[in-house]
Amino acid sequence: MSFLELKDLKVHFPIRGGIFNTIQDWVYAVDGVDMIIEEGKTYGLVGESGSGKTTIGKAIIGLEGVTGGQVTYNGVDVTNKARSRRSEYADYNKDIQMIFQDSTSSLNPKKRIKDIIAEPMRNYFNYTNDQEKNEVIRLLEIVGLNEEAIYRYPHEFSGGQRQRLGVARAVASSPKLIIADEPTSALDLSVQAQVLNFMRRIQEEYGLSYLFISHDLSVVKYMADDIAIMHRGRFVERGSKEKIFNNPQHIYTRRLLSAIPQIDPLNREQHKAERRAVEKEYQEQQIHYYSEKGRVYDLQTFDDQHWVALNPNDKIKQSEGGN
Amino acid sequence: MATEENLLEINNLEVGFRFGDEYHNAVDDVSITLKKNEILAIVGESGSGKSTLATAIIGLHDPLNTKVKGEILYKGLDLTKLNEKLYNRIRGNDIGMIFQDPLGSLNPVMTVGKQIEESLIYHTDLKENARQEEVLKLLDQVGIVNPQRTAKQYPHELSGGMRQRVVIAIALANKPPIIIADEPTTALDVTIQAQILDLMNDIQDETNSGIILITHDLGVVAETADRVAVMYAGQIVEEAPVDILFTDPKHPYTRSLLNSIPQELEGEEVAELHVIQGTVPSLQALPRTGDRFKNRIPWMPDEVFDEDPQLAEIAPGHKVRGNSWKHFYFEGEEEK
Repeated sequence: MSFLELKDLKVHFPIRGGIFNTIQDWVYAVDGVDMIIEEGKTYGLVGESGSGKTTIGKAIIGLEGVTGGQVTYNGVDVTNKARSRRSEYADYNKDIQMIFQDSTSSLNPKKRIKDIIAEPMRNYFNYTNDQEKNEVIRLLEIVGLNEEAIYRYPHEFSGGQRQRLGVARAVASSPKLIIADEPTSALDLSVQAQVLNFMRRIQEEYGLSYLFISHDLSVVKYMADDIAIMHRGRFVERGSKEKIFNNPQHIYTRRLLSAIPQIDPLNREQHKAERRAVEKEYQEQQIHYYSEKGRVYDLQTFDDQHWVALNPNDKIKQSEGGN
Repeated sequence: MATEENLLEINNLEVGFRFGDEYHNAVDDVSITLKKNEILAIVGESGSGKSTLATAIIGLHDPLNTKVKGEILYKGLDLTKLNEKLYNRIRGNDIGMIFQDPLGSLNPVMTVGKQIEESLIYHTDLKENARQEEVLKLLDQVGIVNPQRTAKQYPHELSGGMRQRVVIAIALANKPPIIIADEPTTALDVTIQAQILDLMNDIQDETNSGIILITHDLGVVAETADRVAVMYAGQIVEEAPVDILFTDPKHPYTRSLLNSIPQELEGEEVAELHVIQGTVPSLQALPRTGDRFKNRIPWMPDEVFDEDPQLAEIAPGHKVRGNSWKHFYFEGEEEK
């Protein structure tokens, strides 16, 4: 069942200038995005830097103001209400949490781990001191850290451990959705494996959903059930993981997929030739995939669980369906 | 065995950093050669000493707090013994360097064209007009569409991929036989990364230079390198041609690392990723004797580890450190 819906979400930033610092133009960071988030699923949000993927995450959790469109939580309109202290929005605040890319700057250096992880609990639950401590220890165990950690400070931990503390803190308010913004891109391969394992384990245990924002397609492929590919603030393609990886339709998706380095040194030349062919097609064909203003078209249903932003007037392209 | 084709020969290199009165080796007992016309990848996680190795080759470490032992032979010259003045002639002219952060390695208050020209002023006798022409040629070579315009721009006006192209143009300015690229694509998007890697391949085909590619990304290695050296805790633990390293890895560290890549096989239930237990020991805590990877694979019995593991050739071109790999199995697997 879906609990969070984004309808035509828009986040625009003004560009100010001139003598009176008036608004000269707008940056369309997110420009009309629809998304439905269901329980227990992982949604991958992929795009290059500047595509607006982080802005969507921030808009959901209230770190960026929403310019247009709607965010509904369990049927209640919660657009721009993430920081509201009114009780009707308390559930929304409690149930959506976030894990940040930079684990160092997202943990308060002056606080002990106990206080960092207990903070969401203090906001939303009435625990006694003992309950709180037990709960913190339990959370630390879930992310593979032991009890001694509770009286230590963030700088005493390694990058991977800090990221796991971030995960523990996000889980502390027993949320329904965790927005993970590039949670492993600063980590080494073997440490990344550890964090991803813990994230999966927590999902099984709590049945929560993830909005997994990343530029690393192999990580997203490993974690996500559903994937949305973003470009220029809009979705160019959305669908189940299998559909996106096995039958990509939009030229931008194909280009992105072909650019991932393959761990297959024996077929390197073939892969390179393929990538060049797609790149060439992208240069020649991209005009058919974007409107005159360079805007991505609206998503069209292409297949079951598969939506592609194709030109609505260009039906031939659609039936051909790429290669 | 300094043969003709060896561009660079590193023998028993040690680079130690000073902590109080003691030196701790961040690079320990590294011997490797770079041949003409090859891309040698050096792979390792953070703290493995791969970037320290690069700065040692190009002589950019802090001379007061660093101790370098061993030799780095280039054209019969030992680079570790050079003074600053001679080194400056080598840098840029014979060894080009590409850094990870293009914005940090470019001068923000100087146009891109001037920065490329700078290297030409220093190392060549070209007249101003010839230099300008050369700059435009270089920008064109690294795939910049409008060299005339880009040459007059400042770094902040360019995108990340363009900046990295400019950095590569600077590294190439004097057609150095050796290029060291330290994580050249880590800060870039995958599509730009693919372009930059292609560019490096093309440049190598044109100039026949040897490239040392330092990276933590095994995908990048699989796509570009000819030969790979895997570093762990300051030592090379395995060295092999790229296809052998990925199809038949031997050292426990290499195998663990390859196992922790998130990849899903079609139709299979998603398995947990392999995690290497423990952490890389800090420089001061590094064991001076014995196998450095030992504490990461605690299920292995003590007797399989060597007292002093050495890099030994097990097949032509394939070197592995120590003998523990002969007995290695993953936890939970059957004992060999």
